[in-house]
Amino acid sequence: MFGDYSIGDLGSIFVMQGFAGLILFSVYVLMALGLAIIFGQMGVINMAHGEFMILGAYVTWMTSNFFQSYLPSLFSGYFFLAMILAFLASGALGMLVEWVLIRHLYKRPLDTLLATWGLSLMLQQAYRSIFGAREVGVELPQWMLGSLHVTDSIEVPINGVFVMGLTVLITIGVAYIMFRSRWGRQVRAVVQNRIMAGAVGINTAKVDRYTFALGCGIAGVAGSAFTMIGSTGPTSGQLYIVDTFLVVVFGGAASLLGTIASAFSISQTQSTLEFFMSGSMAKVLTLLAVVGILMLRPQGLFALKVRK
Amino acid sequence: MSDEANKGLLSPLRRKLLMGMAAVPAVTMLPRASFAQAPATSAVNTTGLAVTDTEVTVGILHSATGTMAISETGSIEAEKLAIEQINAAGGVLGRKIKFIQEDGASDWPTFAEKAKKLLVNDKVAAIMGCWTSASRKAVLPVMEQYNGMLYYPTFYEGLEQSKNVIYTGQEATQQILAGLNWIAKEKGAKSFFFIGSDYIWPRTSNKIARKHVENVLKGKVVGEEYYALGSTQFNSVINKIKLTKPDVIFTDVVGGSNVAFYKQLKAAGIDLSKQPLLTISVTEDEIDGIGGENIAGAYACMKYFQSLDNPNNKAFVPAFKKAWGEKTVIGDVTQAAYLGPWLWKLTVEKAGSFDVDKIAAASPGVEFKGAPEGYVRIHENHHLWSKTRVGRAKLDGQFELIYETADLVEPDPFPKGYQ
Amino acid sequence: MNDSRFATRSELIGILVLAVFLVVILPLCLDVFRLNLVAKYLTYAFVALGLVICWGYGGILSLGQGVFFGLGGYCMAMFLKLEASSVENTKIQSTPGIPDFMDWNQITALPFFWKPFHSLTFTILAVILVPGIFALIIGAAMFKRRVGGTYFAIITQAVAAILTILIVGQQGYTGGINGMTDLRTLKGWDIRPDHAKVVLYFFEVGLLFACICIAQLVRHSKLGRILVAMRDQEDRVRFSGYSVANFKIFAFCIAAIFAAIGGAMFALNVGFMSPSFVGIVPSIEMVIYTAVGGRLSILGAVYGTLLVNFAKTSLSESFPELWLFGLGGLFIAVVLAFPNGLAGIWGDYVQPRIGKLMGTRKPKAGWTDNSVADGAPAE
Repeated sequence: MFGDYSIGDLGSIFVMQGFAGLILFSVYVLMALGLAIIFGQMGVINMAHGEFMILGAYVTWMTSNFFQSYLPSLFSGYFFLAMILAFLASGALGMLVEWVLIRHLYKRPLDTLLATWGLSLMLQQAYRSIFGAREVGVELPQWMLGSLHVTDSIEVPINGVFVMGLTVLITIGVAYIMFRSRWGRQVRAVVQNRIMAGAVGINTAKVDRYTFALGCGIAGVAGSAFTMIGSTGPTSGQLYIVDTFLVVVFGGAASLLGTIASAFSISQTQSTLEFFMSGSMAKVLTLLAVVGILMLRPQGLFALKVRK
Repeated sequence: MSDEANKGLLSPLRRKLLMGMAAVPAVTMLPRASFAQAPATSAVNTTGLAVTDTEVTVGILHSATGTMAISETGSIEAEKLAIEQINAAGGVLGRKIKFIQEDGASDWPTFAEKAKKLLVNDKVAAIMGCWTSASRKAVLPVMEQYNGMLYYPTFYEGLEQSKNVIYTGQEATQQILAGLNWIAKEKGAKSFFFIGSDYIWPRTSNKIARKHVENVLKGKVVGEEYYALGSTQFNSVINKIKLTKPDVIFTDVVGGSNVAFYKQLKAAGIDLSKQPLLTISVTEDEIDGIGGENIAGAYACMKYFQSLDNPNNKAFVPAFKKAWGEKTVIGDVTQAAYLGPWLWKLTVEKAGSFDVDKIAAASPGVEFKGAPEGYVRIHENHHLWSKTRVGRAKLDGQFELIYETADLVEPDPFPKGYQ
Repeated sequence: MNDSRFATRSELIGILVLAVFLVVILPLCLDVFRLNLVAKYLTYAFVALGLVICWGYGGILSLGQGVFFGLGGYCMAMFLKLEASSVENTKIQSTPGIPDFMDWNQITALPFFWKPFHSLTFTILAVILVPGIFALIIGAAMFKRRVGGTYFAIITQAVAAILTILIVGQQGYTGGINGMTDLRTLKGWDIRPDHAKVVLYFFEVGLLFACICIAQLVRHSKLGRILVAMRDQEDRVRFSGYSVANFKIFAFCIAAIFAAIGGAMFALNVGFMSPSFVGIVPSIEMVIYTAVGGRLSILGAVYGTLLVNFAKTSLSESFPELWLFGLGGLFIAVVLAFPNGLAGIWGDYVQPRIGKLMGTRKPKAGWTDNSVADGAPAE
């Protein structure tokens, strides 16, 4: 299939294709980070993760509408405020959900799955009732559209760069919180031994609540970022959920580094395959490979040695 | 189809009605009580349908919930509006239309189940409904078994024809060929890249388009790609498009994937005002989600645009907005859904009866001059004669009409040479 | 009370009550249309029954039961579709004698894996064996490596996603997203008219009771007790010398076969099969039927399925908007407040009162303590 193209063409296509893989990688990392915290650190299977992301997207949409109507002069910068608001909204909802629902179920991880699935159905219907069944389009400021012109055949999409930058920032932030801050140490202590952590004076209930809220908040930011590349509708969240879980499980649930490594390998496999075959077959093969490897290595790529 | 079967049942009354029809050739949007006298129920309803002396019941069967609710909401609104307008104009054979709305919930067996309920329990005289091919395929055996009448609004892949269905949208050849001809002539296009969602309608449409490009236009298809429904990552295919440099990108991506596709296309530096793109799946409804700035410059090929400049449409658009809100937009399918109740009413009046067999037989030749798209007529094969139009997407989410076929295009659900 | 019996007295009474309800009361009260709906709901009851064994007793939560339901259903649908695609029925096609969707996709000869489905015997075997063997492979790969709990749930979900994309993508062989529609006859016997629906209903109820009996046997055998022991203390069972993996595989296969029988009956009753029963959403919905009925109760699974589906049909007829809130709320309520579902309510509140009235003692049921399946992640 390469016969017809010049070396220069091929070179730039490989650059572009690598870039496409990187964007997909960033998307997967953004989706999976929040879940990696919630599932990896707390063992809670949050099936409503997609709906938390969509909440972030709707918040972004509302912010953009607000700026368009009332502060058109500041429109070009609204996105940053929107991301913060998305974080707060999703985080607040997460905190509420933890308090009402999740805290009763820590001993029954499979039941959190069912309960959060119920929650996701209710959230979907709530979005539909509030925002309508149709998808909404988020208008982006002009500087975020278009691409950087590198050569005639290499164009770097600006929103792709933006998503990648955001991913790097959030990942560093999460890593800092989890591994350097006092609060992160508490979270990890609770994960390793809840009873002992409680005994040394950590308020485990509070740690749980904030961990869950943090995971949901990151989902909100991810949703906000996705308005640049995807669609926002009541059921859009469901599209992401299986991919996200696979990324987290494949990486080894409790490991942030694993999540990143698995997002990288899945995204690169998929985007390379997509170039050689149709998109849906590429997806099937990628998923099959992931499931196959998980069967051989159920603990995922990077597993923490934890004694049960 | 047995067109001749019911000729013997021509009642004097029906003859009178037919003469009435002939005398008033322009059945405009709101005919003022053309038929004041209501004929007796026993005469117009011999098969036990839900028809009383004052009312007739029809069913509306669309997804109000689930993934398809996004698309089908517009159809529900259009059908309700049409029914309301028909009632305001005196109803059908002197009877007000009452509707029962059922939710297909984006689930094909639920569609079949609800269709059966509407026919068996509620005895509706006709059903306006279905959107996806899958839901229609699920409902079709039910319609045929219980002898119902379905008015199906969506443009679809063809390869189907039933006594019990009137297809008010375009079938694939009707929609595609004129658009391809136009773009080949206008843009000198020789190479085409196809990209679609992975299911039957895009695959069949692309098959027809490929045959046409290769055999008729003597061009070349340089790529054909399918993505699973709901995919949101198109960067790889966009790279392939850049590599193959096609004259035209031809797309039938549906649903939420559209949003991702056009946003990423734009972000990758493909300027739709320079790179011709012809879509058969993006209506004004979809642009709502995509954002006008992401798709401006693309060409769409279908039979109706909200911006059409004709008297019928000038009355229709404000009426629709008045009923459902200033911000609503009207896409191709919404307009086709609006035709359903009207075509049924006209057919009932032509047949002088609500009986399904008589309606099926009377359908060919029924004309609707008040159609927002202009003028439509039902073909022998129960599809509509209609014009095909090409529009260019503008920043504000509307299409600007660029081209329309001079004549009505004949529907051809089983196209020879394209299978 | 002797546990090795097939059923305790109260269970026997329960089965009899259900039998009277399904065989006598429902057919007398409902018209054929509603009865056919019940038949459709009952096909999910097979799945729910399987889940009671594999989830309730075995602690293995599979979110991919739709896969097996779909495989069984597709096997049946392939047979029916071939029969409906006789040469005279399909003479308008460019290749008569093959299913219509193949013709639309330029396939000119019947693919090799379709050919055996001309035979009803092969089809019936395939309905049971294809999903059974598939479950065996997945189960063996996972349980031998001690993948359990949440990991297993997520992987089964991925399998459901893969199969859906495959079926939709290979539409020339599978009918794609439309599925296989317009199924007409079974060995020349028209499955569409009303009297056929009634016959199919009774046949299905018969099969359901056969499955209930098998589930009862499993439950009261040593196998059932080992399953429960495994769910509660997997390591202890392993240390006692049992092969935990084999028991889990067995439970998973039984659940898969039950689901497949349900799928095959679905194809017969409803007259088509489509990928919308294979994916993640229907699979999770099937789990909720079991949860509502009570994940430890065999009969509860049937009642739970009927109740949720009745609610779905009636609620979505009258208040489509409320339906998702209702379903979501149901999930949460069942998990939070009634982890043992209807059966738990019955056992905790209703039965003691009846017992007092009748003067018999309430049987000690396994669900009165709160030890519902946990399933810890594998290390």
